[in-house]
Amino acid sequence: MVNPQMVIYEEEFNQIQAAVTNLVKAANARVVFVVDKNGQLIAAAGEVDDLDTTSLASLTAGNIAATGGMAKLLRENEFATQFHEGKDAHIHIQLVGNRVILVVIFDSKSSLGLVRLRVRKSTEELNTIFESLDRKPEKTTNSGSPFAEITDEDIDNLFND
Amino acid sequence: MTFINLMAREINCKIVYYGPGLCGKTTNLELIYNRTKPDAKGKMVSLATETDRTLFFDFLPIELGEIRGFKTRFHLYTVPGQVFYDASRKLILKGVDGCVFVADSQIARADANEESLENLKENLAEYGMNLDEIPYVIQYNKRDLPAIMEVDELRSLLNPDGVPDFEAVASEGRGVFETLKAVARLVFMELKKSGSAGLGGPSGGSGGGAGPARGLGGSGRAPAGGGGGTPSRSPAQRPPEQRPPEQRPPEQRPPEQRPPEQRPPEQRPPQQRPPGGGPPGQRPGQRPGGGGPPGGPSRPPLRRGPGGGSGPKGPPPPPPRQR
Repeated sequence: MVNPQMVIYEEEFNQIQAAVTNLVKAANARVVFVVDKNGQLIAAAGEVDDLDTTSLASLTAGNIAATGGMAKLLRENEFATQFHEGKDAHIHIQLVGNRVILVVIFDSKSSLGLVRLRVRKSTEELNTIFESLDRKPEKTTNSGSPFAEITDEDIDNLFND
Repeated sequence: MTFINLMAREINCKIVYYGPGLCGKTTNLELIYNRTKPDAKGKMVSLATETDRTLFFDFLPIELGEIRGFKTRFHLYTVPGQVFYDASRKLILKGVDGCVFVADSQIARADANEESLENLKENLAEYGMNLDEIPYVIQYNKRDLPAIMEVDELRSLLNPDGVPDFEAVASEGRGVFETLKAVARLVFMELKKSGSAGLGGPSGGSGGGAGPARGLGGSGRAPAGGGGGTPSRSPAQRPPEQRPPEQRPPEQRPPEQRPPEQRPPEQRPPQQRPPGGGPPGQRPGQRPGGGGPPGGPSRPPLRRGPGGGSGPKGPPPPPPRQR
Protein backbone atom coordinates (compact mmCIF):
# COMPACT_ATOMS: atom_id res chain seq x y z
CA MET A 1 0.00 0.00 0.00
CA VAL A 2 1.42 3.32 -1.00
CA ASN A 3 1.05 5.99 1.60
CA PRO A 4 -1.99 8.17 1.03
CA GLN A 5 -1.75 11.92 0.86
CA MET A 6 -3.37 14.46 3.08
CA VAL A 7 -4.66 17.38 1.10
CA ILE A 8 -5.90 20.55 2.73
CA TYR A 9 -8.21 22.63 0.54
CA GLU A 10 -8.72 26.34 0.77
CA GLU A 11 -12.16 26.06 2.34
CA GLU A 12 -11.05 23.74 5.13
CA PHE A 13 -7.78 25.55 5.61
CA ASN A 14 -9.65 28.77 6.28
CA GLN A 15 -11.96 26.99 8.69
CA ILE A 16 -9.04 25.43 10.57
CA GLN A 17 -7.18 28.72 10.67
CA ALA A 18 -10.28 30.47 12.00
CA ALA A 19 -10.69 27.80 14.67
CA VAL A 20 -7.12 28.14 15.96
CA THR A 21 -7.28 31.94 15.80
CA ASN A 22 -10.48 31.88 17.84
CA LEU A 23 -8.91 29.50 20.33
CA VAL A 24 -5.97 31.85 20.91
CA LYS A 25 -8.42 34.54 21.96
CA ALA A 26 -10.84 32.32 23.84
CA ALA A 27 -8.15 30.55 25.85
CA ASN A 28 -5.98 33.64 26.24
CA ALA A 29 -3.17 31.56 24.82
CA ARG A 30 0.16 32.59 23.39
CA VAL A 31 0.19 30.17 20.50
CA VAL A 32 -2.16 27.55 19.13
CA PHE A 33 -1.27 25.18 16.34
CA VAL A 34 -2.62 22.11 14.63
CA VAL A 35 -0.28 19.35 13.53
CA ASP A 36 -0.98 16.09 11.78
CA LYS A 37 0.19 12.93 13.50
CA ASN A 38 3.15 12.71 11.15
CA GLY A 39 4.50 16.05 12.32
CA GLN A 40 3.35 18.32 9.50
CA LEU A 41 2.19 21.72 10.64
CA ILE A 42 -1.30 22.47 9.34
CA ALA A 43 -2.17 25.82 10.89
CA ALA A 44 -0.88 28.14 13.59
CA ALA A 45 -2.04 31.34 15.26
CA GLY A 46 -0.83 33.67 17.98
CA GLU A 47 2.72 34.75 18.71
CA VAL A 48 4.31 32.46 16.17
CA ASP A 49 6.92 34.83 14.80
CA ASP A 50 9.58 34.02 17.37
CA LEU A 51 8.71 30.36 17.57
CA ASP A 52 10.14 27.48 15.53
CA THR A 53 6.76 25.97 14.77
CA THR A 54 8.19 23.42 12.33
CA SER A 55 10.40 21.86 14.98
CA LEU A 56 7.64 22.12 17.57
CA ALA A 57 5.27 20.33 15.22
CA SER A 58 7.72 17.51 14.65
CA LEU A 59 8.48 17.13 18.35
CA THR A 60 4.80 17.23 19.26
CA ALA A 61 4.09 14.43 16.81
CA GLY A 62 7.01 12.47 18.24
CA ASN A 63 5.66 13.06 21.71
CA ILE A 64 2.19 11.87 20.75
CA ALA A 65 3.64 8.86 18.96
CA ALA A 66 5.71 7.90 21.99
CA THR A 67 2.76 8.37 24.33
CA GLY A 68 0.60 6.34 21.99
CA GLY A 69 3.20 3.58 22.13
CA MET A 70 3.05 3.64 25.92
CA ALA A 71 -0.75 3.54 25.79
CA LYS A 72 -0.65 0.43 23.65
CA LEU A 73 1.67 -1.28 26.09
CA LEU A 74 -0.87 -0.51 28.81
CA ARG A 75 -3.68 -1.74 26.54
CA GLU A 76 -5.11 1.73 26.38
CA ASN A 77 -6.36 3.04 23.08
CA GLU A 78 -4.60 6.35 23.46
CA PHE A 79 -3.75 9.12 25.88
CA ALA A 80 -5.69 11.90 24.26
CA THR A 81 -4.52 14.74 26.49
CA GLN A 82 -1.11 15.81 27.71
CA PHE A 83 -0.08 18.78 29.79
CA HIS A 84 3.46 19.98 30.36
CA GLU A 85 3.95 22.63 33.00
CA GLY A 86 6.94 24.92 32.83
CA LYS A 87 8.05 27.87 34.87
CA ASP A 88 6.63 30.45 32.49
CA ALA A 89 5.16 28.53 29.59
CA HIS A 90 2.87 25.54 29.60
CA ILE A 91 1.81 23.26 26.79
CA HIS A 92 -1.53 21.52 26.45
CA ILE A 93 -1.66 18.84 23.79
CA GLN A 94 -4.90 17.29 22.64
CA LEU A 95 -5.49 14.54 20.09
CA VAL A 96 -8.34 15.42 17.78
CA GLY A 97 -10.17 12.48 16.31
CA ASN A 98 -6.98 10.44 16.45
CA ARG A 99 -5.77 12.13 13.29
CA VAL A 100 -4.46 15.60 14.18
CA ILE A 101 -3.03 17.23 17.28
CA LEU A 102 -4.15 20.52 18.79
CA VAL A 103 -1.40 22.27 20.72
CA VAL A 104 -1.98 25.25 23.01
CA ILE A 105 0.94 27.14 24.52
CA PHE A 106 -0.04 29.51 27.29
CA ASP A 107 1.40 31.36 30.27
CA SER A 108 0.20 32.89 33.51
CA LYS A 109 -2.30 35.07 31.68
CA SER A 110 -4.43 31.97 31.26
CA SER A 111 -5.08 28.84 33.28
CA LEU A 112 -5.20 25.13 32.68
CA GLY A 113 -8.90 25.04 33.45
CA LEU A 114 -9.73 27.69 30.89
CA VAL A 115 -7.52 26.05 28.27
CA ARG A 116 -9.08 22.63 28.81
CA LEU A 117 -12.56 24.10 28.56
CA ARG A 118 -11.84 25.96 25.33
CA VAL A 119 -9.88 23.11 23.83
CA ARG A 120 -12.83 20.80 24.31
CA LYS A 121 -15.03 23.05 22.22
CA SER A 122 -12.39 23.56 19.55
CA THR A 123 -11.77 19.83 19.37
CA GLU A 124 -15.36 19.24 18.33
CA GLU A 125 -15.13 22.00 15.75
CA LEU A 126 -11.89 20.66 14.30
CA ASN A 127 -13.26 17.14 14.26
CA THR A 128 -16.15 18.28 12.11
CA ILE A 129 -13.79 20.05 9.71
CA PHE A 130 -11.47 17.05 9.32
CA GLU A 131 -14.39 14.69 8.87
CA SER A 132 -15.55 16.92 6.06
CA LEU A 133 -12.03 16.84 4.64
CA ASP A 134 -12.00 13.06 4.76
CA ARG A 135 -15.11 12.93 2.64
CA LYS A 136 -13.81 15.47 0.17
CA PRO A 137 -11.88 13.20 -2.21
CA GLU A 138 -15.08 11.37 -3.01
CA LYS A 139 -16.73 14.55 -4.23
CA THR A 140 -13.88 15.88 -6.30
CA THR A 141 -12.22 14.80 -9.48
CA ASN A 142 -8.61 14.36 -10.42
CA SER A 143 -8.74 17.20 -12.87
CA GLY A 144 -6.60 20.18 -12.12
CA SER A 145 -3.92 18.27 -10.27
CA PRO A 146 -0.68 20.21 -10.59
CA PHE A 147 1.37 17.11 -9.92
CA ALA A 148 0.04 14.75 -12.55
CA GLU A 149 2.03 16.67 -15.14
CA ILE A 150 5.31 17.04 -13.31
CA THR A 151 8.11 16.55 -15.81
CA ASP A 152 11.65 15.32 -15.29
CA GLU A 153 12.72 18.83 -16.15
CA ASP A 154 10.66 20.24 -13.29
CA ILE A 155 12.35 17.85 -10.91
CA ASP A 156 15.81 18.51 -12.34
CA ASN A 157 15.27 22.23 -11.92
CA LEU A 158 14.81 21.71 -8.21
CA PHE A 159 18.30 20.34 -7.96
CA ASN A 160 20.11 22.95 -9.95
CA ASP A 161 22.37 24.47 -7.41
CA MET B 1 1.93 10.65 3.92
CA THR B 2 2.59 13.57 1.62
CA PHE B 3 0.93 16.65 3.04
CA ILE B 4 -0.35 19.06 0.41
CA ASN B 5 -1.64 22.44 1.44
CA LEU B 6 -3.44 23.88 -1.56
CA MET B 7 -4.08 27.15 0.20
CA ALA B 8 -0.46 27.78 1.12
CA ARG B 9 0.68 25.96 -2.04
CA GLU B 10 3.07 23.69 -0.20
CA ILE B 11 4.03 20.05 -0.45
CA ASN B 12 5.53 18.48 2.65
CA CYS B 13 7.18 15.08 2.45
CA LYS B 14 8.75 12.88 5.08
CA ILE B 15 12.01 11.08 4.38
CA VAL B 16 13.39 8.61 6.91
CA TYR B 17 17.04 7.57 7.10
CA TYR B 18 17.18 4.02 8.40
CA GLY B 19 20.10 1.76 9.16
CA PRO B 20 22.09 -0.02 11.83
CA GLY B 21 23.64 1.76 14.79
CA LEU B 22 26.57 4.01 13.97
CA CYS B 23 26.12 3.67 10.22
CA GLY B 24 26.08 7.44 9.73
CA LYS B 25 22.41 8.44 9.54
CA THR B 26 22.85 11.44 11.81
CA THR B 27 26.05 12.32 9.99
CA ASN B 28 24.09 12.45 6.72
CA LEU B 29 21.67 14.95 8.23
CA GLU B 30 24.41 17.00 9.81
CA LEU B 31 26.18 17.22 6.49
CA ILE B 32 22.99 18.28 4.72
CA TYR B 33 22.37 20.85 7.43
CA ASN B 34 25.88 22.25 7.21
CA ARG B 35 25.85 22.54 3.44
CA THR B 36 22.38 23.91 2.87
CA LYS B 37 21.72 27.62 2.56
CA PRO B 38 20.36 29.13 5.75
CA ASP B 39 17.14 30.27 4.09
CA ALA B 40 16.43 26.77 2.79
CA LYS B 41 16.65 24.94 6.08
CA GLY B 42 15.15 24.98 9.51
CA LYS B 43 16.76 24.04 12.78
CA MET B 44 18.13 20.58 13.12
CA VAL B 45 16.65 18.86 16.12
CA SER B 46 18.47 15.91 17.65
CA LEU B 47 16.94 13.89 20.42
CA ALA B 48 20.12 12.18 21.47
CA THR B 49 21.69 10.80 24.60
CA GLU B 50 24.45 12.65 26.43
CA THR B 51 26.88 10.56 24.45
CA ASP B 52 25.43 11.73 21.12
CA ARG B 53 23.68 8.49 20.31
CA THR B 54 20.30 9.08 18.73
CA LEU B 55 17.66 8.39 21.33
CA PHE B 56 14.46 9.07 19.43
CA PHE B 57 15.14 10.87 16.17
CA ASP B 58 16.96 13.65 14.40
CA PHE B 59 14.85 16.05 12.42
CA LEU B 60 15.84 18.48 9.70
CA PRO B 61 13.37 20.44 7.58
CA ILE B 62 14.71 21.63 4.23
CA GLU B 63 13.16 23.43 1.33
CA LEU B 64 14.08 22.39 -2.19
CA GLY B 65 12.39 25.17 -4.12
CA GLU B 66 9.21 25.34 -6.13
CA ILE B 67 7.69 22.89 -8.50
CA ARG B 68 4.62 23.87 -10.49
CA GLY B 69 4.13 26.81 -8.18
CA PHE B 70 4.25 24.68 -5.04
CA LYS B 71 6.91 25.04 -2.37
CA THR B 72 8.50 21.66 -1.74
CA ARG B 73 9.53 20.93 1.80
CA PHE B 74 11.21 17.77 2.95
CA HIS B 75 11.29 16.71 6.54
CA LEU B 76 14.30 14.49 7.06
CA TYR B 77 14.26 12.10 9.98
CA THR B 78 16.73 9.55 11.27
CA VAL B 79 15.84 6.65 13.48
CA PRO B 80 17.84 5.40 16.44
CA GLY B 81 19.92 2.58 15.02
CA GLN B 82 20.56 0.64 18.17
CA VAL B 83 18.67 -2.63 18.26
CA PHE B 84 16.79 -2.02 21.49
CA TYR B 85 15.15 1.18 20.24
CA ASP B 86 12.87 -0.69 17.89
CA ALA B 87 9.68 0.75 19.34
CA SER B 88 10.93 4.27 18.60
CA ARG B 89 12.06 3.31 15.10
CA LYS B 90 8.63 2.01 14.29
CA LEU B 91 6.97 5.23 15.40
CA ILE B 92 9.17 7.36 13.18
CA LEU B 93 8.30 5.33 10.10
CA LYS B 94 4.67 6.33 10.43
CA GLY B 95 3.65 8.41 7.44
CA VAL B 96 6.98 8.00 5.63
CA ASP B 97 7.06 9.13 2.00
CA GLY B 98 10.54 7.98 1.13
CA CYS B 99 13.22 5.90 2.77
CA VAL B 100 17.01 5.88 2.67
CA PHE B 101 18.74 2.80 3.99
CA VAL B 102 22.23 3.74 5.13
CA ALA B 103 24.41 0.66 5.16
CA ASP B 104 27.73 0.46 6.95
CA SER B 105 30.24 -0.87 4.41
CA GLN B 106 32.49 -2.43 7.03
CA ILE B 107 32.78 -6.19 6.89
CA ALA B 108 32.19 -6.39 10.62
CA ARG B 109 28.80 -4.72 10.19
CA ALA B 110 27.45 -7.04 7.50
CA ASP B 111 25.10 -8.82 9.88
CA ALA B 112 23.97 -5.53 11.42
CA ASN B 113 23.07 -4.21 7.97
CA GLU B 114 20.99 -7.24 7.11
CA GLU B 115 19.32 -7.26 10.48
CA SER B 116 18.44 -3.59 10.18
CA LEU B 117 17.08 -3.99 6.66
CA GLU B 118 14.94 -6.88 7.78
CA ASN B 119 13.76 -4.76 10.69
CA LEU B 120 12.86 -1.96 8.28
CA LYS B 121 10.74 -4.35 6.22
CA GLU B 122 9.02 -5.67 9.32
CA ASN B 123 8.28 -2.22 10.68
CA LEU B 124 6.98 -0.97 7.34
CA ALA B 125 4.76 -4.02 7.10
CA GLU B 126 3.11 -2.98 10.35
CA TYR B 127 1.95 0.17 8.56
CA GLY B 128 0.83 -1.85 5.55
CA MET B 129 3.77 -0.70 3.44
CA ASN B 130 6.66 -2.47 1.82
CA LEU B 131 9.89 -1.35 0.23
CA ASP B 132 8.73 -2.27 -3.27
CA GLU B 133 6.01 0.33 -3.13
CA ILE B 134 7.64 3.34 -1.53
CA PRO B 135 10.44 5.56 -2.82
CA TYR B 136 13.54 3.84 -1.53
CA VAL B 137 17.27 4.18 -2.09
CA ILE B 138 20.35 2.67 -0.48
CA GLN B 139 23.56 4.34 0.56
CA TYR B 140 26.75 2.35 1.17
CA ASN B 141 28.46 4.56 3.68
CA LYS B 142 32.01 4.64 5.04
CA ARG B 143 33.63 3.77 1.73
CA ASP B 144 36.85 5.32 2.99
CA LEU B 145 37.43 2.77 5.72
CA PRO B 146 39.90 -0.07 5.18
CA ALA B 147 38.00 -3.23 6.10
CA ILE B 148 34.96 -2.84 3.90
CA MET B 149 32.98 -5.10 1.62
CA GLU B 150 33.01 -4.77 -2.14
CA VAL B 151 30.05 -2.89 -3.51
CA ASP B 152 28.82 -5.92 -5.46
CA GLU B 153 28.86 -7.91 -2.28
CA LEU B 154 26.84 -5.25 -0.50
CA ARG B 155 24.44 -5.15 -3.39
CA SER B 156 23.87 -8.86 -3.38
CA LEU B 157 23.16 -8.73 0.33
CA LEU B 158 21.13 -5.56 0.58
CA ASN B 159 19.92 -4.60 -2.85
CA PRO B 160 18.72 -7.63 -4.81
CA ASP B 161 16.03 -5.53 -6.47
CA GLY B 162 18.47 -3.01 -7.86
CA VAL B 163 17.02 0.15 -6.33
CA PRO B 164 19.16 3.27 -6.77
CA ASP B 165 22.26 2.95 -4.64
CA PHE B 166 25.17 5.20 -3.84
CA GLU B 167 28.60 4.97 -2.36
CA ALA B 168 29.20 7.53 0.34
CA VAL B 169 31.56 8.94 2.89
CA ALA B 170 28.99 10.91 4.81
CA SER B 171 31.52 12.51 7.12
CA GLU B 172 33.12 14.17 4.11
CA GLY B 173 29.94 14.79 2.18
CA ARG B 174 30.57 12.30 -0.56
CA GLY B 175 27.38 10.73 -1.83
CA VAL B 176 25.15 12.47 0.72
CA PHE B 177 23.35 14.86 -1.60
CA GLU B 178 23.22 12.32 -4.42
CA THR B 179 21.33 10.03 -2.06
CA LEU B 180 18.96 12.77 -0.96
CA LYS B 181 18.30 13.91 -4.50
CA ALA B 182 17.59 10.37 -5.64
CA VAL B 183 15.02 9.73 -2.95
CA ALA B 184 13.46 13.17 -3.44
CA ARG B 185 13.17 12.44 -7.15
CA LEU B 186 11.46 9.14 -6.46
CA VAL B 187 9.04 10.88 -4.10
CA PHE B 188 8.12 13.34 -6.85
CA MET B 189 7.72 10.52 -9.34
CA GLU B 190 5.41 8.81 -6.89
CA LEU B 191 3.48 12.05 -6.51
CA LYS B 192 3.20 12.28 -10.25
CA LYS B 193 2.12 8.68 -10.56
CA SER B 194 -0.58 9.04 -7.96
CA GLY B 195 -1.68 12.22 -9.73
CA SER B 196 -2.56 13.60 -6.34
CA ALA B 197 -5.86 11.81 -6.36
CA GLY B 198 -8.69 14.00 -5.28
CA LEU B 199 -6.96 17.25 -5.98
CA GLY B 200 -9.64 19.48 -7.28
CA GLY B 201 -8.70 22.59 -5.42
CA PRO B 202 -7.57 25.96 -6.68
CA SER B 203 -5.86 25.56 -9.98
CA GLY B 204 -4.82 29.09 -10.65
CA GLY B 205 -1.16 29.78 -10.88
CA SER B 206 -0.04 26.21 -11.06
CA GLY B 207 1.14 26.28 -14.62
CA GLY B 208 4.22 28.30 -14.09
CA GLY B 209 6.67 25.47 -14.29
CA ALA B 210 9.43 24.98 -11.83
CA GLY B 211 10.45 27.91 -9.76
CA PRO B 212 13.93 28.84 -8.67
CA ALA B 213 15.76 26.31 -6.63
CA ARG B 214 16.57 27.29 -3.11
CA GLY B 215 19.87 25.51 -3.40
CA LEU B 216 20.61 22.21 -1.81
CA GLY B 217 24.28 22.13 -1.14
CA GLY B 218 24.53 25.53 -2.63
CA SER B 219 26.20 27.40 0.14
CA GLY B 220 29.34 27.88 -1.83
CA ARG B 221 30.70 24.48 -0.93
CA ALA B 222 29.83 21.92 -3.50
CA PRO B 223 29.03 18.49 -2.14
CA ALA B 224 32.04 16.24 -2.32
CA GLY B 225 30.08 13.73 -4.28
CA GLY B 226 29.59 16.13 -7.13
CA GLY B 227 26.17 17.63 -6.68
CA GLY B 228 25.49 19.34 -9.96
CA GLY B 229 24.05 17.72 -12.98
CA THR B 230 21.92 14.68 -13.32
CA PRO B 231 23.54 11.74 -15.06
CA SER B 232 22.06 10.84 -18.39
CA ARG B 233 21.05 7.48 -17.11
CA SER B 234 19.67 8.06 -13.72
CA PRO B 235 18.44 5.11 -11.75
CA ALA B 236 16.17 7.43 -9.88
CA GLN B 237 14.34 8.22 -13.09
CA ARG B 238 13.13 4.71 -13.35
CA PRO B 239 9.45 4.71 -12.55
CA PRO B 240 8.77 2.80 -9.37
CA GLU B 241 6.41 0.46 -11.15
CA GLN B 242 9.31 -0.92 -13.16
CA ARG B 243 11.04 -2.22 -10.11
CA PRO B 244 11.35 -5.96 -10.16
CA PRO B 245 9.44 -7.71 -7.46
CA GLU B 246 11.09 -8.81 -4.28
CA GLN B 247 13.17 -11.81 -5.18
CA ARG B 248 14.35 -12.94 -1.83
CA PRO B 249 11.57 -14.46 0.20
CA PRO B 250 11.78 -13.48 3.82
CA GLU B 251 11.75 -17.07 4.94
CA GLN B 252 15.20 -17.56 3.46
CA ARG B 253 16.62 -15.49 6.21
CA PRO B 254 17.42 -17.36 9.36
CA PRO B 255 15.36 -16.11 12.23
CA GLU B 256 17.09 -14.12 14.88
CA GLN B 257 17.92 -16.65 17.53
CA ARG B 258 19.77 -14.50 19.92
CA PRO B 259 17.54 -12.70 22.39
CA PRO B 260 18.16 -8.98 22.59
CA GLU B 261 19.64 -9.11 26.04
CA GLN B 262 22.39 -11.40 24.79
CA ARG B 263 23.50 -9.04 22.11
CA PRO B 264 26.98 -7.80 22.61
CA PRO B 265 27.03 -4.17 23.54
CA GLU B 266 28.26 -1.65 21.05
CA GLN B 267 31.96 -2.16 20.70
CA ARG B 268 32.84 1.46 20.81
CA PRO B 269 32.27 3.92 23.60
CA PRO B 270 29.72 6.35 22.22
CA GLN B 271 31.66 9.40 23.25
CA GLN B 272 34.36 8.40 20.82
CA ARG B 273 31.99 8.61 17.93
CA PRO B 274 33.88 9.91 14.91
CA PRO B 275 32.17 12.12 12.37
CA GLY B 276 31.51 9.28 9.98
CA GLY B 277 30.30 6.98 12.65
CA GLY B 278 33.10 4.51 12.09
CA PRO B 279 35.21 2.95 14.74
CA PRO B 280 38.19 4.98 15.85
CA GLY B 281 41.44 4.00 14.39
CA GLN B 282 39.94 2.87 11.14
CA ARG B 283 39.51 6.24 9.58
CA PRO B 284 42.67 6.55 7.44
CA GLY B 285 40.85 5.62 4.28
CA GLN B 286 43.20 4.28 1.68
CA ARG B 287 40.63 2.45 -0.32
CA PRO B 288 39.34 4.05 -3.45
CA GLY B 289 35.62 4.27 -3.55
CA GLY B 290 35.47 2.58 -6.89
CA GLY B 291 34.21 -0.62 -5.41
CA GLY B 292 33.68 -3.67 -7.49
CA PRO B 293 32.99 -4.21 -11.14
CA PRO B 294 29.99 -2.56 -12.67
CA GLY B 295 26.72 -4.29 -12.22
CA GLY B 296 24.71 -6.14 -14.81
CA PRO B 297 22.66 -4.41 -17.43
CA SER B 298 19.62 -4.22 -15.23
CA ARG B 299 21.58 -2.83 -12.33
CA PRO B 300 21.42 0.93 -11.93
CA PRO B 301 24.79 2.60 -12.15
CA LEU B 302 26.39 3.52 -8.91
CA ARG B 303 27.09 7.20 -8.58
CA ARG B 304 30.54 8.09 -7.47
CA GLY B 305 32.12 11.32 -6.59
CA PRO B 306 34.86 12.81 -8.69
CA GLY B 307 37.89 10.63 -8.58
CA GLY B 308 35.91 7.72 -7.27
CA GLY B 309 37.49 7.77 -3.87
CA SER B 310 38.17 9.93 -0.92
CA GLY B 311 41.86 9.25 -0.76
CA PRO B 312 43.87 9.27 2.39
CA LYS B 313 42.61 11.91 4.66
CA GLY B 314 42.63 12.72 8.27
CA PRO B 315 39.37 12.84 10.12
CA PRO B 316 37.57 16.11 9.57
CA PRO B 317 36.28 17.95 12.59
CA PRO B 318 32.88 16.71 13.65
CA PRO B 319 30.01 18.94 12.64
CA PRO B 320 28.32 20.57 15.58
CA ARG B 321 25.30 18.75 16.86
CA GLN B 322 22.53 21.19 17.55
CA ARG B 323 20.08 20.33 20.16
